[in-house]
Amino acid sequence: MKLTKTQYEEMTQKASPPSHLFKDCLWAFFVGGAICLLGEVLRQCYLAMGFTLTDAGTLTSSSLVALSAIATAFGWYHKLAAKAGAGTLVPITGFANAVVSPAIEFKTEGLVTGVGAKMFIIAGPVIVYGMLASVVWGVLWYLLRPLFG
Amino acid sequence: MQYLWAFLVGGALCVIGQILIDLTNMTPARILVTFVVAGVVLSALGWYDPLAEFAGAGATVPLLGFGHLLAQGVLDAVEQSGLIGALTGGFSAAAAGVTVSLTCGFLAAVFTRGKDPS
Repeated sequence: MKLTKTQYEEMTQKASPPSHLFKDCLWAFFVGGAICLLGEVLRQCYLAMGFTLTDAGTLTSSSLVALSAIATAFGWYHKLAAKAGAGTLVPITGFANAVVSPAIEFKTEGLVTGVGAKMFIIAGPVIVYGMLASVVWGVLWYLLRPLFG
Repeated sequence: MQYLWAFLVGGALCVIGQILIDLTNMTPARILVTFVVAGVVLSALGWYDPLAEFAGAGATVPLLGFGHLLAQGVLDAVEQSGLIGALTGGFSAAAAGVTVSLTCGFLAAVFTRGKDPS
């Protein structure tokens, strides 16, 4: 039986299970929202303690990262992530999980080439392209700034 | 009210990520890279700051907020020290988040058995 590419695609679409897009999005929305809500509660606490806006933001991120590291170490974060998908990936806790999880997993390969190197499997590209984008924006702003007075 | 907006905006940004995962089969690393770079771009265009003012942690906790932090850090650094600021601003702004992540990663690896948690 000969098939064109489009016919084949139609057949695979019929054969594959129905999309879970809506359910996935619901999970992502509630779990992601809850993590951000926790962040806002922490931020308001730090603000109430008298920290400046910048410091409160820094402390909020740091607290969430630390909490995520603990949840990752106990294996809880992974269990939640299986359901919540992007809800646990997109918040900064997902970035922390992407650092901590391989650090634990590759401990057996040693502290340098295992823990030290593998921490950057996902964090590395994020930092590289984040920094690249920031340098481009910095140079652009340097050039554009005189125009805006 | 502040808390409700943080929940709704944070949730909505995660839904964007989920749609990308489900419809494009992007890997987690690609999603995170996309969100950080998009955060820098949105912040550079001046669109992200109003959202951050409005939604608080709902806008700053998702990785887009990390990009926003980088872009703002670079902006301030360029204002202060000219072109050199373009090189130092990003890492200065990201310093705390990255350092805490790496420290926690190391501690978690040291204090757990090397069993696969992922």
